[in-house]
Amino acid sequence: MHLRTLAKVDGEVQLEIEGAVTQRTVLDALEAKYPVLRGSIRDHVTQERRAFLRFFACEEDLSHESPDAPLPEEVATGKEPYLIIGAIAGG
Amino acid sequence: MNSVRVLVGTHKGAFILTSDGKRQKWEVQGPLFTGWEIYHMKGSPVDPNRIYASQTSGWFGQQIQRSSNGGKTWEVPGGEIKIEPGAMPPPAANKFVYDTSAETGKPLTTHQFYDGKQHPWEFKRVWHLEPSLTDVETVYAGIEDAAIFQSKDGGLNWKEMAGLRGHGTGPKWQPGAGGMCLHTLILDKSDPGRIYIAISSAGAFRTDDGGKTWKPINRGLKSQYIPDPNAEVGHCVHHMAMHPSRPTTLFMQKHWDVMRSDDAGDNWKEVSGNLPTDFGFVIDVHAHEPETIYVVPIKSDGEHFPLEGKLRVYRSKSGGNEWEELSKGLPARDCYVNVLRDAMAVDSLDSCGIYFGTTGGQVYCSPDAGDSWAPIVRDLPAVFSVEVQTLA
Repeated sequence: MHLRTLAKVDGEVQLEIEGAVTQRTVLDALEAKYPVLRGSIRDHVTQERRAFLRFFACEEDLSHESPDAPLPEEVATGKEPYLIIGAIAGG
Repeated sequence: MNSVRVLVGTHKGAFILTSDGKRQKWEVQGPLFTGWEIYHMKGSPVDPNRIYASQTSGWFGQQIQRSSNGGKTWEVPGGEIKIEPGAMPPPAANKFVYDTSAETGKPLTTHQFYDGKQHPWEFKRVWHLEPSLTDVETVYAGIEDAAIFQSKDGGLNWKEMAGLRGHGTGPKWQPGAGGMCLHTLILDKSDPGRIYIAISSAGAFRTDDGGKTWKPINRGLKSQYIPDPNAEVGHCVHHMAMHPSRPTTLFMQKHWDVMRSDDAGDNWKEVSGNLPTDFGFVIDVHAHEPETIYVVPIKSDGEHFPLEGKLRVYRSKSGGNEWEELSKGLPARDCYVNVLRDAMAVDSLDSCGIYFGTTGGQVYCSPDAGDSWAPIVRDLPAVFSVEVQTLA
């Protein structure tokens, strides 16, 4: 919800990516389309995932996978979404 | 007729409260930035329609928001910038990167941590935004881990004023319970080169050359909770205030002790006087009476609520030492809220208005300089900060 509000979008975002579809290329494309999201998902300098965010796809938690590993074919073809989720944290 | 606009930052969003000069009937706008922590909002003295806000989140990090129409609409500075393939990345308004360049002396990059070891400086959030007194596009940010940044383009590009961290005592600074935050930032209308800042738990500092060089200004502070109670740095200053007509007189609410300095912070003396407790967070100065000051005494550092569950503001008309209780209209029992360090403000109407917000979500206003109080709102999220703009 918060990232959508920042980016001023209502629902899912469609991205066109040339070449390998990886977490890095997806996030690069997302930030290029919505620059206001820079620093909100990955650290500006280290490009590390922010600690309380998680990356899911095809019912798998990809948060700790290499950012350069190919994403599942279903994501690359647009059948399944790549999800950026605020982790449940708090009391 | 004059009016006032009160900018309230809370744990879960921002609110804007407006009223005419009587300050009896209020309109409430918000929540803005719903769900985000709004540490601080402040309007430009040059153009009151320009307001800056610090929007932050443990999940999504820092954002800077800016309004150019008095809070009706907001934008992230540069938020519409397009990124061209292969081009240099454009600036981002939430990019606060510590200056480690050789040109600025490679400021020291570690400070003391809770465990006594040295720890790298890490950006957490912006605690305080202080718009320039002369230029609407220039704004200063006090951040955690403690440093001061400046933007000259309305909050798009931020550059550290690295002389503060680099002046030499940085390795001795350590975080307070709320983190190692630069929370107070005071500009001097009579001397553009002079800036006062305060850090928990390092103390107060001053520059006289526009931020190139800084020095600690903590002589006279005594803190029993540190190994050397009279140390040059390490004091937990909670807040400072200054009247624009007396720029060398400063008032301070320290962790314990209310203090004043009459030589731009070079020397401090305690003015707690007859306060029932001199622990607290806020301190402010009457808009027209430079010797009239306000605090909200809090029971202790372990019990962050008013003594006896009775919320009271204390006013001194003699610049400290002699204090009077102000409680008309405030809860007289069962009140266990706190008033955080940036959550008090004054307007500049003829009858000076005093405002403060609580961790229980109340924002109180006194339109008669503290003699009587009434809540503007009662049930907001915990209030982090209160600022007020007096509008023509």
